[in-house]
Amino acid sequence: MTTAAAWAEVGGAVNAEALRMQAAAENRRVLALASPGLILIALVLFLPMGWLFFLSFTGDSGFTLEHYRRMAHPAYRKTFTTTFEISFIVTAACVALGYPLAYLMSQIAERARPFLLACVLLPFWTSLLVRTYAWLVLLQRRGVINDWLIDLGLIDEPLRIVHNMTGTVIGMTHIMLPFLVLPLYASMKAIDRDLMKAASNCGATPVQAFRQVFLPLSLPGLFAGVVLVFVLCLGFYVTPAVLGGGRVVMWAMQIESNVALYANWGAASALGVALLIVTLAILWGMTRLFRIDHHLGRS
Amino acid sequence: MPGGLDEAAVGQARTTASLPITISGVTKSYGAFRALDDVSLEVASGEFLTLLGPSGSGKTTLLMVLAGFVRPDCGSLLFGEREIVLMPPHKRDVGMVFQNYALFPHMTVAGNVAYPLKLRRLARGEIEERVRRALDLVQLGALGERRIDQLSGGQKQRVALARAIVFEPRILLMDEPLSALDKKLREQMQIELRHLHERLGMTTVYVTHDQREALTMSDRVAVIDRGRFIQIDRPRRLYERPRSRFVADFVGESSFLPVEVAGGEARLNGRTLRTAEPPGPERRQFLVVRPEKLDLVADQDGAGLNLLEGRVKEHVYQGESFLLYVTLGNDVEIAMRQPTRREVLERVPEAGEIIRLAIHPEDTILVPEEAA
Repeated sequence: MTTAAAWAEVGGAVNAEALRMQAAAENRRVLALASPGLILIALVLFLPMGWLFFLSFTGDSGFTLEHYRRMAHPAYRKTFTTTFEISFIVTAACVALGYPLAYLMSQIAERARPFLLACVLLPFWTSLLVRTYAWLVLLQRRGVINDWLIDLGLIDEPLRIVHNMTGTVIGMTHIMLPFLVLPLYASMKAIDRDLMKAASNCGATPVQAFRQVFLPLSLPGLFAGVVLVFVLCLGFYVTPAVLGGGRVVMWAMQIESNVALYANWGAASALGVALLIVTLAILWGMTRLFRIDHHLGRS
Repeated sequence: MPGGLDEAAVGQARTTASLPITISGVTKSYGAFRALDDVSLEVASGEFLTLLGPSGSGKTTLLMVLAGFVRPDCGSLLFGEREIVLMPPHKRDVGMVFQNYALFPHMTVAGNVAYPLKLRRLARGEIEERVRRALDLVQLGALGERRIDQLSGGQKQRVALARAIVFEPRILLMDEPLSALDKKLREQMQIELRHLHERLGMTTVYVTHDQREALTMSDRVAVIDRGRFIQIDRPRRLYERPRSRFVADFVGESSFLPVEVAGGEARLNGRTLRTAEPPGPERRQFLVVRPEKLDLVADQDGAGLNLLEGRVKEHVYQGESFLLYVTLGNDVEIAMRQPTRREVLERVPEAGEIIRLAIHPEDTILVPEEAA
């Protein structure tokens, strides 16, 4: 009997069991590779979060809603509105500054691109604290900017551009800009240049081609950047603490003062939980609102 | 996908307006590289002209100059009587099919086709009617609401075509529109595009590097190399009477045998050749040997034909034909192609066999190294 005939006899299931076991073993190995990461996430993310959640409902005498009730207090409400206001202004400023920059980066000749990219990334790689104090030096009453403006005769009195909302927004915009530019640039670079030519060939003026073809196609990248910047702004601490001069109190600073000043872990936890919930809600809402990947084709 | 165009739709979409194109003295340099070197060409109204050349020859650059996406260094472009070299692309009113289709991914099929009409501010009913007709014309009538990423390559190609003709441009430009399709679909689309052109009648400039496609579709073919036109002719003349080694080599397959020309006579290995046309003035020329123009002849036959003798080196069977690689006396190798009809197959020579090959004088073409 030939080998082929012998195989036919066992009904075509030759080696089926061995092949199945090999596949299963492969899956186990992949899982084993991922397990250190999974365990780490469970230990340092989910456990502490659960602990925070528990603390936020715990008072001196057991279970309490007091920490949450306290958020209705005017001082807290002021913090919430300030946080959202600053996040909104900074995000808008980042869009206004970042969109043209990302557009330029995506359209410029290949040779000039690394230079522009370095301009965006270099500050990104510098310490956050260093950049924030650098802004303090630039913006303060007798700082570089005020000195120049006075020397040029443009103003008589130094501008109040630090230790307030203005300074906070300037510093945060600078720090957040790369988070908007990088995803936006990536999505703009993926837009086929021939599409703009095609639009123009169809009879679109450069402005029409931009508004009707380029802009809609760059929206997924823009929203990715906007969500990233907005969410990061909500929990921002260092820059508003330094440049706000104590006058600008954001959410994260409120949490810090609850812990450092009043050692009230319950209140701090409740604020943290509330911030997390608001952030998740915004993420969810934005992705629901801009289901762009749905009507965007992959060619 | 069903073949052929929808005849009724073609009838409705017919437009008689077309414009001649006059290109004169167009030059475009990129640094030291001359993409277009003082190019002049007239395309007649309603003509299908193909720019054929290897990559980097300047054929796409010339098309982009016509569309307005590349600004030439100097030169004049007339559409009809009108100078358009300074006109921005969106005002030129030419249809264009891009190599990668360049369909808008955020619009539906109908949205893509309607886009040029919306920009021209046509009434909504008129737009719907024209989009329907254009989609019927390319046989995509049922797919108007599809997203672009749901289409096959051939369907995308048709949408791109519909978008280019929907506003009834009098000039249509196509940049290797079929290069991404597989061979069968490509050959089918070549015939369809040809029919579409015959009926819509717009002046068409078509770019390809595929010589077979150029020969199949065009009224005339302009062979371009290093930014200059080498030869502009009707397809049959281009293939049968190439005027230079480059054209003979690029259009079709050819081997070249060096020929001595003296006193109006061309001699190959001491034997005088009977040629289709009297040989040119150059001393050193080449005999163009096309594989399919060669015939096997028995020892006593071949009177009045040009004869070559050689030894069969290799024999390659390719289905519809077979190729014989033959080594001639002076170690030059040529190829010969024969169809696989039964009477031919019955006398296929073996490797090592000495054979006699004949070329008809009408097919005996001499070319200089460079075109005169």
